[in-house]
Amino acid sequence: MTATDHKAQEIVLRLDRITKRFGALTANDAISLTLARGEVIALLGENGAGKTTLMNILFGQYTADEGQVEVFGKPLPPGNPRAALAAGLGMVHQHFTLADNLTVLENIQLGTVPLWRAALGQAKARAKLAQLAADFGLGVDPDARVGSLTVGERQRVEILKALYRDARILILDEPTAVLTPQESDALFDTLRRAVAKGLSIIFISHKLHEVMALSSRVVVLRHGKLVGEVETAGTDRHALAAMMVGAEVTPPAVTPITPGPALLTLREVSTPSIGAAPGLNAVNLALRAGQITGLAGVSGNGQAALSDLISGLISPQSGSLEGVGRMRWSSRAAIAAGIARIPEDRHKTGTIADFSLTENAILETYTQAPYSRWGLMNWHAAEEQTRHLIETYDVRCPGPHGPIRQLSGGNMQKLILGRVLDAAPRIILANQPVRGLDIGAISYVHSQLLAARNAGAAVFLISEDLDEIMALSDVVHVISEGQLSPEFQRGEKTAAELGLWMAGQGFDRAA
Amino acid sequence: MRLEPIANPGLGRRLGFPAAALVVTVVIASLLAAIAGADPLLTLGLVLKGAAGSKFALLETLNRATPLIFTGLAIAVAFRAKLWNIGAEAQLYAGAIVTVVLGTSVLSGMGAAALPIVGLGAMVAGAVVLLGPVVLKTRFGVDEVVTTLLFNFIMLLLVSYLLEGPMKDPMGMGWPKSAPLDRALRLPRIAEGLRLHWGFGVALIAAGLVWFVQARTTLGYEMRAVGLNPQAARFAGIPVNGVLVKTALLSGGLAALAGFSEVAGLKGHLSQDLSPGFGYTGIIVAMLALLHPLGVVVTAIFVAGIFVGADSMSRAAGVPTYIADMMLATGLLLMVLAIGLTKFRVVRG
Repeated sequence: MTATDHKAQEIVLRLDRITKRFGALTANDAISLTLARGEVIALLGENGAGKTTLMNILFGQYTADEGQVEVFGKPLPPGNPRAALAAGLGMVHQHFTLADNLTVLENIQLGTVPLWRAALGQAKARAKLAQLAADFGLGVDPDARVGSLTVGERQRVEILKALYRDARILILDEPTAVLTPQESDALFDTLRRAVAKGLSIIFISHKLHEVMALSSRVVVLRHGKLVGEVETAGTDRHALAAMMVGAEVTPPAVTPITPGPALLTLREVSTPSIGAAPGLNAVNLALRAGQITGLAGVSGNGQAALSDLISGLISPQSGSLEGVGRMRWSSRAAIAAGIARIPEDRHKTGTIADFSLTENAILETYTQAPYSRWGLMNWHAAEEQTRHLIETYDVRCPGPHGPIRQLSGGNMQKLILGRVLDAAPRIILANQPVRGLDIGAISYVHSQLLAARNAGAAVFLISEDLDEIMALSDVVHVISEGQLSPEFQRGEKTAAELGLWMAGQGFDRAA
Repeated sequence: MRLEPIANPGLGRRLGFPAAALVVTVVIASLLAAIAGADPLLTLGLVLKGAAGSKFALLETLNRATPLIFTGLAIAVAFRAKLWNIGAEAQLYAGAIVTVVLGTSVLSGMGAAALPIVGLGAMVAGAVVLLGPVVLKTRFGVDEVVTTLLFNFIMLLLVSYLLEGPMKDPMGMGWPKSAPLDRALRLPRIAEGLRLHWGFGVALIAAGLVWFVQARTTLGYEMRAVGLNPQAARFAGIPVNGVLVKTALLSGGLAALAGFSEVAGLKGHLSQDLSPGFGYTGIIVAMLALLHPLGVVVTAIFVAGIFVGADSMSRAAGVPTYIADMMLATGLLLMVLAIGLTKFRVVRG
């Protein structure tokens, strides 16, 4: 299909200059998009690029500040999920929305018929389900309880659920994130059949080879803006990687300095996997003074385990941590060892939303004088420290007393930065420190990390944004399925080469 | 319809909705009285008179409020750390048992000087009773709502066994009650000739201390942090399980003081009807007080007033006392709704 070709076709979905702001952050900035009948669009972008916001607007979970959505030529009323379903939109979420204790058939009927009539429609529903399953190659036992199904089967149920409601436009949010390669192949087969029957698909993914294999057109979002739209046939993985990397945030000037000794060393460290997320597999890592070590990788490849380990939340199952003293490994031991920890989720892990700025500012140091003596709190000293942090780290807020949840993400992050950087830490763990921040806050956080590095701290930067990693890091590791790549010097690898490592190439894996 | 959070609810909103809840409660209670065949206004007047219409009535209300302050504090402390202690009733009885055991045997000859030791012993017993469920929670993730609730029944059956067996009063004419506490170990009256005992004073001191612990101590800060966001607390290095255990010790000890004060201050012996559900009513008291320790004193007196007033009203007007329970239940539900409405706005669409 060529560029001129799809325009001639029937347009089933049209997004017109959709804009959505959350406070100072523009999550979607005038995004326009069209989807033709029988077309598969891949929506590429990092976390925080605005994909989810855009889909939530489409499904009526959010109301756009500007712009409108048209489905089959008719404007879609904003903020109304029921209308979106009725208009023929179907969504398959990354996290399934199924009831484990009901059967497949009951799950599919759920919400389509009034409760007191579900029994009457069973035979008809069963026939329709069987027809759909045969048409789309989605074999699944209608009487099996969802709780007993595999992940791949559950996803089939999700798709069947959308099809059962006569969806003409399917939206799949990272559908292969939880699937094995074989299940992914089966999914692609199903989606091709769906397209052949005239359905249209929006496919959200990070994985470039899937995008290449399935889509007819690729749309790239970055920081809420649509930064590229290309025919898949006319592009390749390298070009797509380059488009994702972009160059919007001016990279801060990184002047090379000679690194010092390793302050924290991981030797052959392994950790157990946490649910579906892999643990670490014999990881070797050295964080050196005066150096920013970047960790690139696709989300869910062991970053959480590595971050939790260095934070003190988990201990190595085997292997050792060197340079952190001999205390039993814990959050407190990590703090005592001089590790400043900037957690991935500042709302859930980094702060206590209903606590005041003061109470949040001393969360890690509250046991120490002058904040606490003989078991009594000295709130006066704590408040003084908070005022100092507010001033030094430019936290825009009404004062130290209000609850921290009233602050924007950027100001919240500045307070967390202040909390951990004020004690001049030896080691800094920054896990996705700029996710969801606006550009001003991003450059502030980056400059603070660089200043700490220049002052001799060992900085460990974890990010899914390859551009951020490449701009800031002196050395880069790539993580994939819990394994760490060798250390690459700044400029040694191109973005595309790192992207291949991120996809798992280059690792020594037992088959 | 959906709820939209309000960033900074105004004073009118924060006072108006709870006040409206009280008014609606009174209206519903009047309706119930009318259904029971009494004059609603007269009934209401009788409740007020019975609760606070005379010095005797007022002191009776304060006496009834005393165990409710203790159990209310126990629950406020635990709920603040999101430790769902539904077992204040069991902890109360544990405190009562130990009070009687110590007060009729080893310490019976020591006079009033032994009172603090008896009280402490009771607190330890209550703390130990809550410790079991909490260790099960922190070690194995067992839901403490279930375990603490079930402990109430275990403890009631234990009391029943003790009163029919080892602790039965030999002079009790066959009634299932324990031997009486040594006279010297009874909590003295606050003033000569007043029926109010020092348990009430201890309860007020306890409320002040709990407030101090929560607002001014490191432990209080930890308990609030664990209650609001255990994930962030753990990340920051707060020993979440340790804090829960300390909270349990404090909560169980406070609930046990209710048993201590009822035995040593009022009844003088242990019986199966020592507590008409003070442990459960304490939940209502704590929730109405929004878990604030000083608020607990106010709501405990309020709730006790409704009970005492309704008792006296039912005798005077011939209306069942169950109306008091229904008033409290509607009052609680409406207050919870009102508190929600001070924080959220209902939006259509």
